[in-house]
Amino acid sequence: MFEKRSIPAISVAVLLALVAASCGPKKNLPIPPPLPPAAAQPDSAAAAAAKPAAPVIAQFTAEPTSILIGQSSTLRWQVTGDASGVALDQTIGTVQNTGSRRVFPSKSTTYTLTATGAGGTTTASATVNVSEAPAPPAPTTMTRPAGEASFEQRVAANLQDVYFDYDQSDIRGDGPEVLNQNAASLKAVLTDFPNAVIMVEGHCDERGSAEYNLALGDRRAGAAKDFLVKLGVPADRIHTISYGKERPQCTDSDDACWQKNRRVHFSPGQ
Amino acid sequence: MKRLVWLAILAGGGLFVLASQQPDFIDTITSSQRLKMAITDFRATGDAQNLMSVFNQTLWADVESAGLFSMASKSFYPAQAPQQPADFHSPPPPPTGRPKRGQPPPPTTGNGLWMRDWSGPPVETTYLTFGYGAAQNGVFLARGFLFDMRRGTPTEAQVIAKNYVGSVDEAGARKAAHEFACDIITQFGGTCIAGSHIYYSHQATELGSREIWVMDADGSNQRQFTHFNSPPPGSNFTAVSPDGSRIAFTSYAKGQPAIFVFSVDPVRDLRFYNQRASMTAGPSFTPDGKQIVYTSSAPEECCRIFIADLNGMGFRPISPSAALDVEPKVNPKTGNQIVFVSGRSGHPQLYTMNMDGAGVERITDGTGEAVNPAWHPNGKTLAFAWTRGYATGKFNVFLMDVVTRKYIQLTHDEGRNENPVWAPDGVHLAFMSTRGGTKQIYSMLADGTQPQRLTSQGYNSNPAWGK
Repeated sequence: MFEKRSIPAISVAVLLALVAASCGPKKNLPIPPPLPPAAAQPDSAAAAAAKPAAPVIAQFTAEPTSILIGQSSTLRWQVTGDASGVALDQTIGTVQNTGSRRVFPSKSTTYTLTATGAGGTTTASATVNVSEAPAPPAPTTMTRPAGEASFEQRVAANLQDVYFDYDQSDIRGDGPEVLNQNAASLKAVLTDFPNAVIMVEGHCDERGSAEYNLALGDRRAGAAKDFLVKLGVPADRIHTISYGKERPQCTDSDDACWQKNRRVHFSPGQ
Repeated sequence: MKRLVWLAILAGGGLFVLASQQPDFIDTITSSQRLKMAITDFRATGDAQNLMSVFNQTLWADVESAGLFSMASKSFYPAQAPQQPADFHSPPPPPTGRPKRGQPPPPTTGNGLWMRDWSGPPVETTYLTFGYGAAQNGVFLARGFLFDMRRGTPTEAQVIAKNYVGSVDEAGARKAAHEFACDIITQFGGTCIAGSHIYYSHQATELGSREIWVMDADGSNQRQFTHFNSPPPGSNFTAVSPDGSRIAFTSYAKGQPAIFVFSVDPVRDLRFYNQRASMTAGPSFTPDGKQIVYTSSAPEECCRIFIADLNGMGFRPISPSAALDVEPKVNPKTGNQIVFVSGRSGHPQLYTMNMDGAGVERITDGTGEAVNPAWHPNGKTLAFAWTRGYATGKFNVFLMDVVTRKYIQLTHDEGRNENPVWAPDGVHLAFMSTRGGTKQIYSMLADGTQPQRLTSQGYNSNPAWGK
């Protein structure tokens, strides 16, 4: 894509313009390095005849110029003319006159290629813009203002477990307070996420039989759901599932652990 | 320790249990003398040689675990064992006249080759099983003989003389041994369980997802049956159809707990239709194999007993209202009675009802928790797990006569003992026990004796024993 020019100063200027153009219309491009000295003097032709020309950087590009964090970009360069050394920044070091290298920048980086020869030093730069990985789409089809907690986060933060007595599925004395709070939180979160549903999970401790606990857990989930519905949470937004004693919170065989496992837990539904 | 119960096997294969301290436990009381049995170690040459330990172990285990025999202690066996009927010699006739000086006294033993070496002390066996193995033309062959040693001559004594074949590998040796053992067991009116299968739930880790596995009745040939690879809890609560061609189980593979029905050969999902419900679980087959009874929270509350066709269609509730009813099992003999577990009056207990949901009766006495009922093929005796007499969660295996409601306890506080199921012979039970530290499948005789651990890898529970 580049034509060879007889006048090095012009070719350098064109090159720089092209490199800058190839970097795209990014607003956060760093300021390009200053042009090499003595490039635009009117008597440069005579001077050039008298001493060797500086090396020419025929190409220095980054492809692609914009990546996600963790991806790579490939730097390509070609230096012509009388170059005694070519270096790609300090961190990478001396390179061949023509070559390429994959780079994995963790933040936006401007790479500088320096070609040194008897006739002087020529530099060019190429910038790789690094952006963070985009967040996954919101769990619901509704768009919401950035910075707000997700449905999952709000369920985890605002909905407390409800505990039960052994082989009981009735909401016991400490249940209504928790469920009242949960109902208020649920109404708010279900309003903010109009397509989301909440899963009410019933759990049991390890002592009863697995078969019976499956039914008992279902009853516990149903009791919690009924309570929430009476408090105005829409029934069609609440699903229930029993895990019996198959997904315990803890596995010790003592009263404290058994109590932790006799619970209704709230999780994001599908 | 005093043996409380004896087993008796009648020709029909029914089980009758006698408790000496509860003489009226079951009306029909029969006790049996176990028959004395000796089994020699079969030997072989060539390729069959290294298969004989598997053959001998399998033959011994099958015959011993049949519950029909009292095994003569091997330490009393004579130095030599016959390998075929022709090996038996008659003792020499008693010497006539006065023994001459310097002549050795006549031998008093045939070192195992006289019949009375086995029928007389110290072995004193009634029956002798012997033979040998060989690898011939790419086939493993065992020649098996069963002798009634009370009869005088080898010709009169012969009860079984038969060749058993298999492939020249451990599976073939096991097959030949199972078939020989079956012939011996059926000779005495027993039902052979070799060839039957035990399905069970396997977890690689304690809280890992369950898959259904299957093994032979003696614990050999364990292999994975389902491959859902779904997150925990996975699949559990298997039942086998009466003809052994299908299994039904409960799985979270599609989210909510639901019933699956699979054919066994080939393994195929027969696509059971589940009603819309938060849970549908605990299936078992009716005795004709044409319907499934199960529990479901449909239409809106947990849980009623339902009955449906094998594909899930035509479902209708049997329980009139939701009442924490689970684990329905239809009486295999009459087909007109369901035993189930219900929490309707507190902690779970066993109940029976008619197929139309009427005539509900609680059959356990209200103490503890009674779960996991399993009908004996006779339709009279239930095996189940009960915490009666122990702390909450400490289940033991019990038997109960459904009519008299007399019960006996078969396990005694060795960890948790749950999920008892009957073998097709009505003589063996498989169950889950934590007695060894982890949940594993065991088998035992219906009097609680001869417990045998069948699994050891991972965590295993909920056996279902089918043909």
